[in-house]
Amino acid sequence: MVSIQSVCTSPSSLTYHDLPWIVQHREDRCTLCGRCTSICPVQAIYLTYRRQRMPKLDILQKKRGSDYRHFVGIRQRTNIENKCIGCGMCSMVCPNEAITPTPNSNEDRSLFHINQKGEAWKRGGRRNVSGRTILDRIIFDRISMLTDPALDAGRHEFSTSTILGRILPPEEFLRRKAAGEWIPPTREIFPFIIGSMSFGALSPNMWLGLLQGVAYCNEVLGIPVVMATGEGGCPPWVLKSPFLKYIILQIASGYFGWDEIIRAIPEMQCDPAAIEIKYGQGAKPGDGGLLMWFKVSKLIARLRGVPEGVDLPSPPVHQTLYSIEESVMKMIQTMSMAFGFRVPVYPKISGSTSAKSVLNNLVRNPYAGGLLIDGMDGGTGAAYNISMDATGHPIASNLRECYLDLVAQGRQNEIPLFAAGGIGKNGNVTQNGMALIMLGASGVHIGKYIMQSTAGCLGNEIGRCNVCNLGLCPKGITSQNPKLFRRLDPDEVAQRVVDVYMTINTEIKKIMAPLGRSQSLPIGMSDALGIDDHAAAERLQIKYVC
Amino acid sequence: MCRLALKTADTPFSPYEVLTAMEAMQEGFDGSGLGLLLRGIHFDDFNYRIDQPILSGIAHTEEALQRLDEYMAGQGYELKYDHEFTITRGIVEAQDREKYIIRVYKDPVGAEPSQEATEQRYMQVRLDLRRDGEEHGGDLTVFSFWPQVVMIKEVGWPLAVGDALGLHDGRIKARVVMAQGRQNTNYGINLYACHPFFIQGIATMTNGENTAFVPIKEWLTGKQIPGYLGYQSDSEVFTHILHYVLKKLKLPLETYKHVITPLKTSELDVHPQGDFLKGLRTACRRLIIDGPNAVIGTLPDETSLLVMDHKKMRPASVGGRPGAWAFASEICGVDALIPDRDRSLDFQPMREHTVIIPPHRKEMVIWSQFNQFALPQAA
Repeated sequence: MVSIQSVCTSPSSLTYHDLPWIVQHREDRCTLCGRCTSICPVQAIYLTYRRQRMPKLDILQKKRGSDYRHFVGIRQRTNIENKCIGCGMCSMVCPNEAITPTPNSNEDRSLFHINQKGEAWKRGGRRNVSGRTILDRIIFDRISMLTDPALDAGRHEFSTSTILGRILPPEEFLRRKAAGEWIPPTREIFPFIIGSMSFGALSPNMWLGLLQGVAYCNEVLGIPVVMATGEGGCPPWVLKSPFLKYIILQIASGYFGWDEIIRAIPEMQCDPAAIEIKYGQGAKPGDGGLLMWFKVSKLIARLRGVPEGVDLPSPPVHQTLYSIEESVMKMIQTMSMAFGFRVPVYPKISGSTSAKSVLNNLVRNPYAGGLLIDGMDGGTGAAYNISMDATGHPIASNLRECYLDLVAQGRQNEIPLFAAGGIGKNGNVTQNGMALIMLGASGVHIGKYIMQSTAGCLGNEIGRCNVCNLGLCPKGITSQNPKLFRRLDPDEVAQRVVDVYMTINTEIKKIMAPLGRSQSLPIGMSDALGIDDHAAAERLQIKYVC
Repeated sequence: MCRLALKTADTPFSPYEVLTAMEAMQEGFDGSGLGLLLRGIHFDDFNYRIDQPILSGIAHTEEALQRLDEYMAGQGYELKYDHEFTITRGIVEAQDREKYIIRVYKDPVGAEPSQEATEQRYMQVRLDLRRDGEEHGGDLTVFSFWPQVVMIKEVGWPLAVGDALGLHDGRIKARVVMAQGRQNTNYGINLYACHPFFIQGIATMTNGENTAFVPIKEWLTGKQIPGYLGYQSDSEVFTHILHYVLKKLKLPLETYKHVITPLKTSELDVHPQGDFLKGLRTACRRLIIDGPNAVIGTLPDETSLLVMDHKKMRPASVGGRPGAWAFASEICGVDALIPDRDRSLDFQPMREHTVIIPPHRKEMVIWSQFNQFALPQAA
């Protein structure tokens, strides 16, 4: 019996079964190679000497005693900072399938103690709400078979591109054309855009892989994919390359990286696809960007014009301006002017019940090139857990009410709406994206899905991994540590980007063909949508089907 | 599926001729209704002056007819001629037709004489009467109020409708007749859902299904342009787009095709007017139609046109000779309308074509989207 006094306990001491992931280790298979302990990004496991008593009974001498066996074993740490994140890298490197993390079916008691030293929990990842989303439940039910020969997704020609940039009413277009006046720039792009993930948040290899893949889609496959940079600038070699035309440069409240961009303007070979002004992010509304010091490497420091190894929080708002109306107006005009009015400039806001007021403001701004609304199911590289879990607005109804607001004004052709936040969360990327397009979006931004599908991001909706903020990404996607990002081969990422876009392109056709659509993307074709939820159908003004 | 037929000729002819041509194509339609538009009208028993507006519609009750009379008198229109059909009851299924209205009016004294004001005024009369009918349980249906245009719509087998109204008696003749042989069974049966559709002298009828209907309808409705209403049929937007292109944007007829089925970027890159057309495509993006469609239209100057969808998924043929031309869904329809023509010159338009029969009817103009066109304003 162990005496009570000798039990080492404190308010925050936990056992394996209190943690979200339990490392299961089979000693009979383990060769003690040590790979698992050395790869574990959070040092959740360690090799340790153990002693085991071996009862000994000498029958002839009628004596009892004990022998002790010493062995090396693998154990899981139970303190908060080393709790297992379930990434499974241990099982990936184990030569004998001797170790694996398993989700704890018991309650996760670490949640009660994660605020050690008064620090609220910060993490990367997503909202951690699993199950089918509203978008997953939308079906395309207006199958055109009444009078039609069906379209053939494999044989017919489909126009799947969308327009980014302000579209003038036809009368105004003709007037300006005749008068030789300025016509706002537009871009014909693929409606699934790689959403903003910054060059600080992503590793150089990940960024390179994405860009290679995007360039291949454009130049070889003819799929006009564009990607957004996120805050933090763009590597100078990209800024001065012909690939800049596939890139949407983001400017956010920290203005990180814009010194480099502005200086590169005279040397740019082409214009960027667009400029995105970030006012908000769906995953953490009201919060600015956050690049934690772990990830501010020498390269990142140079790009952003800051010292190495310091936290880089962007303020929640653009501090230099008084109100969002004023801010939007001045920033859009400034950025348009910087690029000679040849580049569409649009704001990105977080999904919110106030999105409509921003939209109405934009409609009256002749320079605004669109609006990106980012819903709360989006991911992020670093944020407070509370922001991710509890703040924001789901994208579907937010986007829909904004679109219908434009419809009521007859201006849905003018300001293209882009939607983001949780698209492809459960893998149904084309279905989710097309549902949003038929609800009124001109296109969608996908971030998490791209990380998962092109680079094998391990994150999921039950709290797996989610350490993007710490620069510990076991796959090397969101790390600035060369030892980690070396694991990611940019060529393989590029290959996966191409796989993904070829598939989305085919699936779009497979959705459009039965609806009898091939000439243009079915933006706002809400008569094709149905959902098995009466309340959602009413809210989205689509059909209830069961 | 429905069938379309159009005949245009220098000499006025009976609409019954077109109905018999519809009969030739009878295997292709369900015969659920008839829509007729007559242009270039000649009345046998009335000396019609070509600038007098003609009201076409159906009064379903006596009371509705009375309200119509009161309204027209109130607006200052003087009734000059009231066409009485030689009706044979019992052939058509609908029993609530008090009177098929074809009435010629004289403009109010002192009305604003400008063309634009007159066109606006005529349309307003049609819209007012239509609303009046809708407010009274649908007892009054008005199809058109326009000089030189008569419209008839009814549920039933096309030839039977013609017989019921005695259209074979030759008392009404026209230089252009558009006929469509089906009620809109895609949606609910509604006389307003029957092709051809009409707005300010412009009329179109379609064989097909416009799958981009809802976004186009929403956009047109949002423009708040008087007359852009109804949309009981997905094909009505084709008429309104044509109206929008010609009357609102004041673009040449050739651009209609560029608006509804624009060329691809790679095709426009090498088009002599590519820069303008790309801009037009972007600005008119919401008017891009989709689905299989053959659109036949006529304009106030008696121009006739035929365009196909971008995939050419609906058939339509054109044939004729100087002075008489026919469009029909099937070649047997063209045969029935103009048997005495050189068949080797018949034409089936492809996806890039707009077939235009100009008002002089001397030739068939085949215009391709890849060709340049005169665009004084902008390009």
